[in-house]
Amino acid sequence: MILWAIAGMSIVTLLPRIVPVFIMDRLNLPNWGRRWLAAIPYAALGALIVPGIFTVIEGKPWIGLAGGAAAVVTAWLRAPIMVSVLIAIITVLLLNGI
Amino acid sequence: MDTYNETVLMPGKSDMFKRGLAAGSPIVLGYIPIALTYGVLAYQSGLSLFELTFMSVAVFAGAAQFLGVSMVAAGVTAAEIIIAVFVLNFRHFVMSLSFVNQMKGHERKKQLPLTFLLTDETFAISSIYKKEAKEAHAFWFYGGIMLAAYSSWVVGSLVGGLLGNVMPSALSDSMGIALYAMFIGLLIPSFKNSFAVMVIAVAAMGINTIAQWAGLTSGWAIVAGTILGGFAGIFVLPEEEEGEE
Repeated sequence: MILWAIAGMSIVTLLPRIVPVFIMDRLNLPNWGRRWLAAIPYAALGALIVPGIFTVIEGKPWIGLAGGAAAVVTAWLRAPIMVSVLIAIITVLLLNGI
Repeated sequence: MDTYNETVLMPGKSDMFKRGLAAGSPIVLGYIPIALTYGVLAYQSGLSLFELTFMSVAVFAGAAQFLGVSMVAAGVTAAEIIIAVFVLNFRHFVMSLSFVNQMKGHERKKQLPLTFLLTDETFAISSIYKKEAKEAHAFWFYGGIMLAAYSSWVVGSLVGGLLGNVMPSALSDSMGIALYAMFIGLLIPSFKNSFAVMVIAVAAMGINTIAQWAGLTSGWAIVAGTILGGFAGIFVLPEEEEGEE
C-alpha cells in the first residue's frame, strides 16, 4: 500500500513539472504573456520567502526575521549566496540558543 | 540557437556541469538537514529504509514527502495522500512554464529531464542564472544544479533513516533558515538592478500572506502569490523582457 501511495505521489508530482515541456511551443503567448513568465521567478521567490520565513523557529517569528535581515544585508553587500546562507544560519543559531 | 556561441569561446560540457554544481551548492547545504529530518521521521512513522529512500528518488519534493509520511502515519488512504500531494505541488507547473520558456531554443529531450527535477529551490537558482540558458551546453549547467540538489536529497534521506538523528536539533532547527536565506540571496541583487522586480516580489509576498491568512492551504496560497504576483510584472517590467542584468 505504501509503495502504491509513493507511485501515485510520484506521478502527480511529475505531471505538473513536465507538462509545460509539451505545451509551451503550442501556447503562442502574446507579449504580455512572455512578460508574465519573465516575472514568475521573482514572484515565486517572494511567495517562497514570506510568510514562511517567520515559522523557521516555531512560535518565535522574530528569529526568522533576524536571520532574513542578516541575509538581506549580506546580499546587499554583494556577498556570495553561500555567505548569506552561513551568516543567516549563525544568526538563528545564536538567537535560538539564547 | 544563437550562432555566436560557436565563434566566441564556448565553455565545454564539463565546465558547464561544474559551474552548475557550484551554483547548486547552497541548495545542498539547505537540503541536508531537511533530508535527514525527513529520513528520521519517515523511519519512525513505519516506512522501511527502502520505502523512504524510494520516495525521495521518485518524488523529490520536500514538503510533499513530509505530508505523505505524516498521512501514512495517520492511516489515511493512498487516494487522499495523492490528492493532497497534487495540490501541494501544483505550483511547480507555473515554475516549469517559466523555466521551459527560459530554455526555449533547446531540444525537448534536453528540457524534459531537467523539468523532472524542478523544485522550488532548483527553479529559483536556475531562473536567476538565466544567461546560461543562451549557452549551447545550457543542459549541463542546469543539470549540475539539479543533480547537486537531487543527490543531496536522496543521500540525506537514506542517512537520516539509517543513522537516526545525527544532527543536534538546535543545529538542524537553525539550518531551517538556509533555504530562505538562499532565496533572499537570489532576490536582493535583482532588487538593486530593477525596481520592477521589487514590486513583483513584494506583491507576491502580500498575496501569499493574505491568502494563507484567509484560510487557503499553503500550496494554493503560493500558487496564487506566484501567478498574481507575476501579473504585476506585465505592468512594471519593461517591454524587452528578460532584460534586467
